[in-house]
Amino acid sequence: MTVALQEIAETLKAALPGVSLAHEIAFGDLTVHVAADDIVAVLTVLRDDPKLAFISFVDICGVDYPAREKRFDVVYHLLSPTLNARIRLKVQTDETTPVPSACAVFVGADWFEREAYDLYGILFSDHPELRRILTDYGFDGYPLRKDFPLTGFVEVRYDDEQKRVVYEPVRLNQEFRNFDFLSPWEGTEYVLPGDEKAKTN
Amino acid sequence: MPEAEVRNFNINFGPQHPAAHGVLRLVLELDGEVVERVDPHIGLLHRGTEKLIEVKTYLQAIPYFDRLDYVAPMNQEHAFCLAIERLAGIEVPRRGQLIRVLYAEIGRILSHLLNVTTQAMDVGALTPPLWGFEEREKLMVFYERASGSRMHAAYFRPGGVHQDLPAQLIEDIWDWCDPFLQTVQDLDDLLSENRIFKQRNVDIGVVSLDDCWAWGFSGVMVRGSGAAWDLRKSQPYECYAELDFDIPIGKNGDCYDRYHIRMEEMRQSVRIMKQCIERLRVEKGPVVSTDGKVAPPKRSEMKRSMEALIHHFKLYTEGFHVPEGDIYAAVEAPKGEFGVYLVADGSNKPYRCKIRAPGFAHLQAMDYLCRGHQLADVSAVLGSLDIVFGEVDR
Repeated sequence: MTVALQEIAETLKAALPGVSLAHEIAFGDLTVHVAADDIVAVLTVLRDDPKLAFISFVDICGVDYPAREKRFDVVYHLLSPTLNARIRLKVQTDETTPVPSACAVFVGADWFEREAYDLYGILFSDHPELRRILTDYGFDGYPLRKDFPLTGFVEVRYDDEQKRVVYEPVRLNQEFRNFDFLSPWEGTEYVLPGDEKAKTN
Repeated sequence: MPEAEVRNFNINFGPQHPAAHGVLRLVLELDGEVVERVDPHIGLLHRGTEKLIEVKTYLQAIPYFDRLDYVAPMNQEHAFCLAIERLAGIEVPRRGQLIRVLYAEIGRILSHLLNVTTQAMDVGALTPPLWGFEEREKLMVFYERASGSRMHAAYFRPGGVHQDLPAQLIEDIWDWCDPFLQTVQDLDDLLSENRIFKQRNVDIGVVSLDDCWAWGFSGVMVRGSGAAWDLRKSQPYECYAELDFDIPIGKNGDCYDRYHIRMEEMRQSVRIMKQCIERLRVEKGPVVSTDGKVAPPKRSEMKRSMEALIHHFKLYTEGFHVPEGDIYAAVEAPKGEFGVYLVADGSNKPYRCKIRAPGFAHLQAMDYLCRGHQLADVSAVLGSLDIVFGEVDR
């Protein structure tokens, strides 16, 4: 399996001589890192090259790493039914730089890109209709970003006097508790309560 | 009437419509009775599952998967468990694998029964749902006897399944199998040659194989268009490789072919279930990994062994850690390829868990499938796409 994935990576690199591609194989999955500007070319080759034939579109999603300079990963998954293999492409971007849309190559990319835009605020250029898809009409913010609180900012209820649904700031009867179950014996990344007084030497 | 007064008509289909299969709002643009444009508005059942999973331990995340496609809950848990197992390198014992396959196939029948019969209801037949739901109820009792819950089972766990099955339950499932084939035959007799059913489904919602792949279709949708593609055969997981079953495929890619595939898949699922039961009668042994770092010990062990008590306490507070890395694991769920893209950062919680629902990809093609069809065909096409909003909206 790993040999076959290695071959796929080599074929892809040979078909695109001018494009810098880094690949890795981990846990039986092939991942190729692509620059944002090259993504449409790479997807087209993957789809059209008869030796690759990744004709089946599977998934596009975002991943957020707030500490990084380019905080988002856009992850593409494709499937080749003839090779019986999967490939994962990763593109890095930030809040303002758009990624070229894959809709022209795979029509099915439409909603998946809208979802990435809706939940992460990742922009896609040349997308036919980049509007929100899963969140409420008139929703503000990008809920799956790591800096978006789990409880959100607004809540809705039906107001009997106004005879309509009203939006109000979220009010919790009990604060959301994020328990820290990590073992203090295995080395935490933060200072344990009481340890700030201890001297290291 | 002067030409200028003729205009297209916009109507809302749903979100409160019995044929919308949940909370779907379709904005339809009609020219007379012909559909010009379909704009599905989804997200009315969006619960932020992926966000919630990021703040839960791996074990606490499992019940969320029951609530995605709530028609076949265990198949979703299966994908998540496979992702964890592949990342952490956990082996599932053989009896655990057999039970998983048995219940995954029960889930497939649950889903297909609901879909086939409600599709018939969408085009005007009322008897099939009554016949089909009786069998679904029996299957849900099997769910309950294994896990304690009719639907939200949380039965598949990383490393195997939660509890062993009682011997009587295995025999009762066996006794259910053959009479069920007769029920499928009754449904078949009722629908397959029915004039109205054929008029409403044949040559409706035709999709070519090339378009299927490009739209991201999977499961019955690609098989209906002629691809012999099933993850249980092509990328076998658990013990599917050693089981004997056939993959039905269609020729025309229309709603009627997809109906026939679902009917045949139910018969094949019964075949798989019987093979599993035959093996379960002889195969004794653990149903869940015996590694105390991923699966809890038996209650009786906890009474005697300090080690077991510590394992239990650690598993249900801190939970197990999954090594850093990312993985895409998919199963052949009843509705198509259900995938989980899991990014682990080495802690006890997933860093990111993307749920790739088959219904999401299918529903976005509504505009492509319905354009040029009559308004009445919209519900037939929607029925044959097999949409459940729990998984589309997540």
